[in-house]
Amino acid sequence: MTPGTRTLISPAALARPRGKALYWTVFTAVVVLFALAFLFPVYWMVTGALKSPDEVARTPPTLLPEHWHPGRYTDAWELMELPRHLGNTLVQAAGAWAFQLVLCTAAAYSLSKLRPAFGKVVLGGILATLMVPAQALVVPKYLTIADLPLIHTNLLNDPLAVWLPAVANAFNLYLLKRFFDQLPRDVLEAAEIDGAGKLRVLWSVVLPMSRPVLGVVSIFALVAVWQDFLWPLMVFSDTGEQPISVALVQLSQNVQLTVLIAAMVIASIPMVALFLVFQRHIIAGIGAGSTKG
Amino acid sequence: MTKTAERRPVAHPPVPPPPTPAPAGRRRRRLADQARAYGFLLGGLLCFALFSWYPAIRAVVISFQKYTPGSPPEWAGTANFTRVLHDPEFADAWRNTLAFTLLALLIGFAIPFVLALVLNELRHAKAFFRVVVYLPVMIPPVVSALLWKWFYDPGAGLANEALRLVHLPTSHWTNGTGTALVSLVLVATWANMGGTVLVYLAALQSIPGELYEAAELDGASLLQRVRHVTVPQTRFVILMLMLLQIIATMQVFTEPFVITGGGPENSTVTVLYLIYKYAFLYNDFGGACALSVMLLVLLGAFSALYLRLTRTEGDT
Repeated sequence: MTPGTRTLISPAALARPRGKALYWTVFTAVVVLFALAFLFPVYWMVTGALKSPDEVARTPPTLLPEHWHPGRYTDAWELMELPRHLGNTLVQAAGAWAFQLVLCTAAAYSLSKLRPAFGKVVLGGILATLMVPAQALVVPKYLTIADLPLIHTNLLNDPLAVWLPAVANAFNLYLLKRFFDQLPRDVLEAAEIDGAGKLRVLWSVVLPMSRPVLGVVSIFALVAVWQDFLWPLMVFSDTGEQPISVALVQLSQNVQLTVLIAAMVIASIPMVALFLVFQRHIIAGIGAGSTKG
Repeated sequence: MTKTAERRPVAHPPVPPPPTPAPAGRRRRRLADQARAYGFLLGGLLCFALFSWYPAIRAVVISFQKYTPGSPPEWAGTANFTRVLHDPEFADAWRNTLAFTLLALLIGFAIPFVLALVLNELRHAKAFFRVVVYLPVMIPPVVSALLWKWFYDPGAGLANEALRLVHLPTSHWTNGTGTALVSLVLVATWANMGGTVLVYLAALQSIPGELYEAAELDGASLLQRVRHVTVPQTRFVILMLMLLQIIATMQVFTEPFVITGGGPENSTVTVLYLIYKYAFLYNDFGGACALSVMLLVLLGAFSALYLRLTRTEGDT
């Protein structure tokens, strides 16, 4: 938004002394409100893990830890086997991302540029899954993973149980297809005249032109797996394979509160860091994606 | 993948169907093109078939079967549906889910709109506000749930401490049958509000400034401008977000599972939670699928409405 854009309140009204005073009052109020509502809980979590168990249970609570116990973080790291669970989450998220990027991109490219017979029907079938709420299908999906049709393989407790269903993401596939649709045809055809095969065109022409949409799809793919709870809870009954989200809940009853809080902080760091690094792109993406339908 | 050394005619991009029967060479080439197109499509298609289409059909099939993993399924007619309907938890789960959805609309809908309205007027620290409001969305839902479980602790929980600080009576929060559901809605709102606010902000920024100017010249007050300019201009986005939120909150699971375990006295059992219980506690997959089908039909109707609205609006 350019600074001069007119909004609900006119710049003239804001320039008047009363307007100015009111503006700064509202501004301060919003800053305080945001700090209390969104930052304070996070602050409370980070410092809660630094307090001793008595101090955390004390009323009234202390705003700052009396004695710093950074040991909670190392306790959580070791007692709750966080490296293993974080590693599991990382493997699940990275694999889901890679599978989605390869298979969804290839499928979107085919639907957009290669004109497969019945392509419209296939696309319709894919878009129809947007109408089916994902969570309502977890039980039959679980049964499919437990016994894959025809080959009768059990994928429970295997990262493939996350990787393969992640590909069936109509939203990301459609996002890619729509982007590919807008790529100028003559560029792709020029490459073909130069003797490039379809795969070569996809790799050296289409993908380099699609960086923005690939970034968006990558972030969506990573965040979705990292934040998921119900699906990994169902398919990873083996403690050693559980991602951090499931492990936190399963272990929450058996560890000290301060250790659990430290583990919660550690579990939040990767996604929050990803967000802070890419905040511009993520925030712009949410706004643009929604208003453009 | 083989290299395509053959040159294709490029003068007419949308290849018109040949008027005369195609020579054998061209037909073979078209077959090769199709094979290649499906080669690219295959992996994705297989995943959709296995994990979207097949489970959707299977949910319906199993809902009419007595199904235990390991043994061959038997047809059971509508027995699953009648059993599920007679489960006392069934009514609780639907009532809670609908109440959750309604409360989430009341609390989680007005607040983000007002917040976006105010944020759009602020000329300073824009990036800060956007980052802060979206921060909870990036915290894993399980962590937000555990965090609020701790805040709601009747002893040293932050929620009661805050009430004591301003000399208000403390609440049972998630431990009271009357307050548990509302407490969960507050968590869900806190955790998800950021996305809604950002979408509203984007919508507000697309309102042409001249409309406000004209309204002001006509003597419209601040509230009148909101009512007659802002709301009509963002009506479509409001409606979309409302439908999306209904679809999302009707599938709520993490908060009740992690924070209350469905209690106290079933006051926070949701439909999805009940589906989970049928499948993994009672080992009754037929019942779980019968419930899934009911949820599917209801939410499918909302999704269809959503897609229809976006489609028609996109065309104009």
